[in-house]
Amino acid sequence: MTVKVGDELPTFTRETGFANWNRYAAVNDEFVPIHMDDAAGEAAGNGGAFGMGNLQWAYLHNMLRSWVGENGEILSIEVQFRSPNVKGQTVTAKGVVTAVDGDVISLDVWTEQQEGTKLAPGSAKVKMGK
Amino acid sequence: MADSNISEAMKAAVGTETSRSTSYPISESDIRKWAMAVYWPEKAPAVFTDPAAASKTVHGRLVAPEEFNPFAWSAASNELLLKGGASSRDGNNPDNSELALGIPGPGLKFMLNGGMICEYGVRMGVGDVITSTNSIGEYSEREGRLGLMLFSRGVSTWVNQNGEMVKRTSSTLIRY
Repeated sequence: MTVKVGDELPTFTRETGFANWNRYAAVNDEFVPIHMDDAAGEAAGNGGAFGMGNLQWAYLHNMLRSWVGENGEILSIEVQFRSPNVKGQTVTAKGVVTAVDGDVISLDVWTEQQEGTKLAPGSAKVKMGK
Repeated sequence: MADSNISEAMKAAVGTETSRSTSYPISESDIRKWAMAVYWPEKAPAVFTDPAAASKTVHGRLVAPEEFNPFAWSAASNELLLKGGASSRDGNNPDNSELALGIPGPGLKFMLNGGMICEYGVRMGVGDVITSTNSIGEYSEREGRLGLMLFSRGVSTWVNQNGEMVKRTSSTLIRY
C-alpha cells in the first residue's frame, strides 16, 4: 500500500456509556467516582459521569493497530483530553496522514463525538507492517 | 480561592524520581481481558486472544496492546525511592504524587487525565516482567472553566526483564 499525505485512516467507532467504562475500569482498576457515578461527575463539573481518557487513548491505538497491521508499529502518540466523553455519545477515532518520511508516517489523530466535536486531539508516528 | 496550589516543596521536587514498581509476569488472561474490554462489544483481534494465531505473527507469541497496563490491580513490588515518601491505599487519591515525595499535597478534590505523550519501544508479551521508574515533572496552573486548575506531569519509563525500553510516558494530571 502506498501511503500519501492526506490519506484518511479507517475509523474506529463505539457507542459509549457505563457498559464500556465499567469493562475498562475492571481491567485498569480505574474505579474513579467521576467515571462510575453521575452525582460525582456532576459535582466535578461535567453534568454526569464521563468516560476515561485512557479508554479514548485505547480507541486511538485500536484504530492505529488496525491500519498498520499486525507487523506494523506504533512508534509514538500524544493526545490531549479536551472534552469529556459523556454517556450516550458515539465516539469515533480518526486519523489523517500529515507526512511520510521513509517508512515513518506522521499522523494527526483524534477522537470526536457524533456531532464532530473533538474530544481528544493529538498526533502519532507509525510504521506500516511489511 | 488559593492564589496558588504549587508550594515551594512541590517546586523543589520537580525532576525527582519517586517510585519504582515491578509487575507480576504478564499472563495470557491479563492480555485477553484487556483486549476484550477495549474492543467491546466487538471481538478483540485473535493476536491478543489466541496464542496459536499470535505465534504466526512477527512477534511469535501473544503480545499485549501497546497501551496495556501490567500495574493496574497490583504489582510484585512498589518501592518508594525517597525517605519520608508514603503510599496511599487509594490509588486514585489526587495527592498521591506528593505523598510519594513525602510532602503535603495541594488537597484538591477532583482530578482529570489531561493528556499523554508516549514513545514506544519493544512490545510487552506473555511472561514479561515490567519495571516502571516514575518521576515528577513540572507543575503549572491556570484559570479554567472550573476554577484554578493545577497541571502536573508524571514521567514514567518502563523496561522489561531484559532491560529493553518498553515505553516512556509523560502524563498530565489536572487537579481542581
